[in-house]
Amino acid sequence: MREEQTINIRGGRILDETTDAQGRLADVHISGGVIAEVVEAGSKLPKADIDLDVSGCVVSPGFVDLHVHLREPGREESETIETGSRAAALGGFTAVVAMPNTEPSQDSRIVVEFVRSQGERAGLCEVIPSGCITVGRSGQALAPYSELRDAGVTLFTDDGNGVQDPLLMRRALEYARDLDITLAQHCEVSSLTVGAVMHEGSCCSHLGLPGWPAIAEELMVHRDIELVRLTGSRIHFLHLSTERSVEMVRRAKAEGLQVTAEATPHHFTLTDEALRSFDPVFKVNPPLRTPADIAALKEGLRDGTIDAIATDHAPHASHLKEQPLDQAPPGMLGLETALALSLTELNMETQSVLAALSWNPARIAGVGDRHGRPVAVGEPANLAIFDPTHEWVVDRDVVASKSKNTPYHGRTVRGKVRHTVFAGQVVVRDGVAQR
Amino acid sequence: MKHLRSIPELGVDGIVRILGLANHMAEVNRRPVPKVPALNGRTIVSLFFEDSTRTRISFETAAMRLSADTMTFSVSTSSVNKGESLKDTIETVSAMGVAAFVVRHKTSGIPWQLSEWTDASIINAGDGWHQHPTQALLDSFTIMSTLGRSPSSDCLKGLTIGIVGDIRHSRVARSDIQAFTALGAKVVLVAPRTLLPPEVEAWPVTTSSCLDEVIGEVDVLYMLRMQRERMNEALVPNLGEYSARYGLDERRSKMLSEHALLMHPGPMNRGVEMLIDPASMPNNMITQQVANGVSVRMAVLFDVLGGSETGAGVVS
Repeated sequence: MREEQTINIRGGRILDETTDAQGRLADVHISGGVIAEVVEAGSKLPKADIDLDVSGCVVSPGFVDLHVHLREPGREESETIETGSRAAALGGFTAVVAMPNTEPSQDSRIVVEFVRSQGERAGLCEVIPSGCITVGRSGQALAPYSELRDAGVTLFTDDGNGVQDPLLMRRALEYARDLDITLAQHCEVSSLTVGAVMHEGSCCSHLGLPGWPAIAEELMVHRDIELVRLTGSRIHFLHLSTERSVEMVRRAKAEGLQVTAEATPHHFTLTDEALRSFDPVFKVNPPLRTPADIAALKEGLRDGTIDAIATDHAPHASHLKEQPLDQAPPGMLGLETALALSLTELNMETQSVLAALSWNPARIAGVGDRHGRPVAVGEPANLAIFDPTHEWVVDRDVVASKSKNTPYHGRTVRGKVRHTVFAGQVVVRDGVAQR
Repeated sequence: MKHLRSIPELGVDGIVRILGLANHMAEVNRRPVPKVPALNGRTIVSLFFEDSTRTRISFETAAMRLSADTMTFSVSTSSVNKGESLKDTIETVSAMGVAAFVVRHKTSGIPWQLSEWTDASIINAGDGWHQHPTQALLDSFTIMSTLGRSPSSDCLKGLTIGIVGDIRHSRVARSDIQAFTALGAKVVLVAPRTLLPPEVEAWPVTTSSCLDEVIGEVDVLYMLRMQRERMNEALVPNLGEYSARYGLDERRSKMLSEHALLMHPGPMNRGVEMLIDPASMPNNMITQQVANGVSVRMAVLFDVLGGSETGAGVVS
């Protein structure tokens, strides 16, 4: 076990779910893994092992990423739970949901417990394993939900694949309802996307690349909303990417259905035009879409239709990405740039951005008891402390992730995480991981 | 010009320049000994990751007539079959001192990826459904020279060119449309909706799903190859129905205007898109296209590997 730290955080502006949009200036003392004191700025605090002067910075509950690929077990050449956790901590995340498309898949207690324990060993953030909806993510048979729930899994998904069979999806939702777990869908009707490399539209038409049409996502969003209506269960939609998907979720929510949704920074900052370079770093699933889709995602985030910003952090080793576009695996890095892209591109109140990065996803992930909490006495000390005005240039050669496939290399962004406190420990200090 | 990767990158000035050089090369090809020392000592490697007969031989003939040294990289006997990556392959071959790669690959964009990994020039001999720029240049050259016109940015002006068939999956169509329209022609695409590309409305063309309505109005009838493999993708009900609607048969051949040229990039699917013997057509350009291919590819190699616009060093 680690030795216990005491931490003082002075001069920051606290911004959480309970403050007003401006936040409030206050100093924080952390001891024993919890927030021990919150006092008026400049007041006396007990002595601490670590004193952080954070004037100009926001002190927020740590971020929660509903969607990361940590590649362990099975693809450790691209990322490990340790390197991915480090990238998460540097991005201000204190919890990440590890997608189940590992090798072997996270469809059994033993794999799920391995992922969780590797996260604990790294000690940089809470690694929350998700479980599969179907055994081996192959869409044939239901995974053992009860066994996995007993191992702490609350979010189930076949991410990377959508559940194609409507009967199986109906049964999964019915069964899940009894267990009070959440199914998360990767919406893609696979027969419409065979061989697809990029968004089907004028750009793919010009480039002669096989297209991934918006309808392939929208058909499954529509089907699952109707199945939620039928079964009374709940669903979370992963990485929504199209205008009509957002509109369908908006209507479903207005009808009171238990539907939540996430959007990724790359889907609200990049378009299919990026593929004109033929650089596989821009190949991602679902694909980068159009300016109209970006506008819809931003509006969805603004009006709360989309609950969460999730990164779909998907590291791939260079030798895997540097292949012909049809062979290169889809996916891009996201953990270290999510906050900055959100602050730079969304034109939203910082507090609303934090809702989408912290307390909303914490609840969807079932960890709302320990993440996304107000910065208040007695709460677990999981905090992100960031300078919202600091401009920096993304550099793929200095990322903490084991892979370099960020699509933002060379881009200037605003907003930088200075310190991250996880479980009462400073795991990132002055932008440097401490473990 | 460092590379020839696409018609848009070449631009209309580049197209006209290549057409002009191709005229010089055609003159060389009419000589008793059709060979010049222009690219003596330069090494050109053909990298064909996809089957090809005419394009590869055409490029190699062109290179030899310019006295370049040529090597062929054939995927079936290479380390690619041992799992060597494309990047490692091109870096390895480049290290041997290659001036240019002539590349064909089944995936769009490969020429752009390769040019990140080598300092050699890249000449695109076909990438996926995307581009086949030398085909577009030889097609433009064929039409221009048959009509007795000279290279200029409006040398195809006043012409209506009908392209018939599987436009969606055709790099020839994409390149041809760009070259033909850049040179002033009007292009009409004739195909069922399933074989047109997505959002074709944004392309500088008109479209029709009925060959009979269009065939009498074209100055050039450009037939595309209909691949039998497409039948598995529910794009058309069957080859018979495709032939009935879009094949060139006896009846349709009589609907063509007298001066209309017949073209095809090859290889032809007889009995599918071509239901008559094209040799029976008076304005059949298909063999001429192949012959012109050598002149045009000589022009391209000469241009890419540092030749001059006037062809100095080729024609004395």
